[in-house]
Amino acid sequence: MEPGLYHILFISAALFFIGVFGFFTRRNLITMLMSVELVLNSVNLNFIAFNKYLWPNKMDGLFFSIFVIAIAAAEAAVAIAIIINLYRSHQSIDVERTEQLKF
Amino acid sequence: MSGSTIIFYMLAALTLVSGVLAVTTRQIFRAAIFLLFSLIGIAGLYFWMQYDFVAAVQIVVYVGGITVLIIFSIFLTQQAGDLLPKPTIGRQIFSALAAFCGFALTMLQLYQHKFIGTSEAPVLPTVSNIGDRMLSLGADGFALPFEVVSVLLLAAMIGCIVIALRSKPATS
Repeated sequence: MEPGLYHILFISAALFFIGVFGFFTRRNLITMLMSVELVLNSVNLNFIAFNKYLWPNKMDGLFFSIFVIAIAAAEAAVAIAIIINLYRSHQSIDVERTEQLKF
Repeated sequence: MSGSTIIFYMLAALTLVSGVLAVTTRQIFRAAIFLLFSLIGIAGLYFWMQYDFVAAVQIVVYVGGITVLIIFSIFLTQQAGDLLPKPTIGRQIFSALAAFCGFALTMLQLYQHKFIGTSEAPVLPTVSNIGDRMLSLGADGFALPFEVVSVLLLAAMIGCIVIALRSKPATS
């Protein structure tokens, strides 16, 4: 059977929930950020699959995924700047040990 | 089974297996490398769907940019050779249960739903088509989001520099 829309949607759903599982179990900020990247990638895969298999006469899904990639890059850069700053002040990036809002 | 199908299943296996390893391994550097392979697998799937431009953007931005950024921040914040703490068994069970239930629910909804596509002539996702559409001011153009994203990237860049800047000691 030739792979089609449902196969891609299966992969992206599986990847989304792998990312959700990682986000729930990990307690290190960098690994949590990696899980968020997996989730964002699964969403991009969904947009591209719907664009290719259902509405190939438009390019909206493609543009959505390009803009999602751009915003995800900005988000990762800001998150890593915050993580490095947090490490400087707390010597740890474990979420259990960063519970003060103000210091 | 044609070659295209075999390549699809290989890419799918690469993406999912390295995704699972990236969220379960206890060595953080290996997690970053597995994430890299998972992202490469997704880029391969874009190539398989013949969306070459998005695949190239995926490789440049994710594989070349974000993963390197993550590896650098691992070097800056982790002691070499440290294992990540093992999550408690209760949290592992409940996370796996939540993820599995969500996945089962999604797949159930998905296979009961019949998608109806359009039958109009496709627009090929070539680079010239993408460029035309991205800078077009017409009804189906994306010039405004393009400009907004460029301002957002500038703001994020300045924000990163300000946040990560080492503040001067207060006693000087």
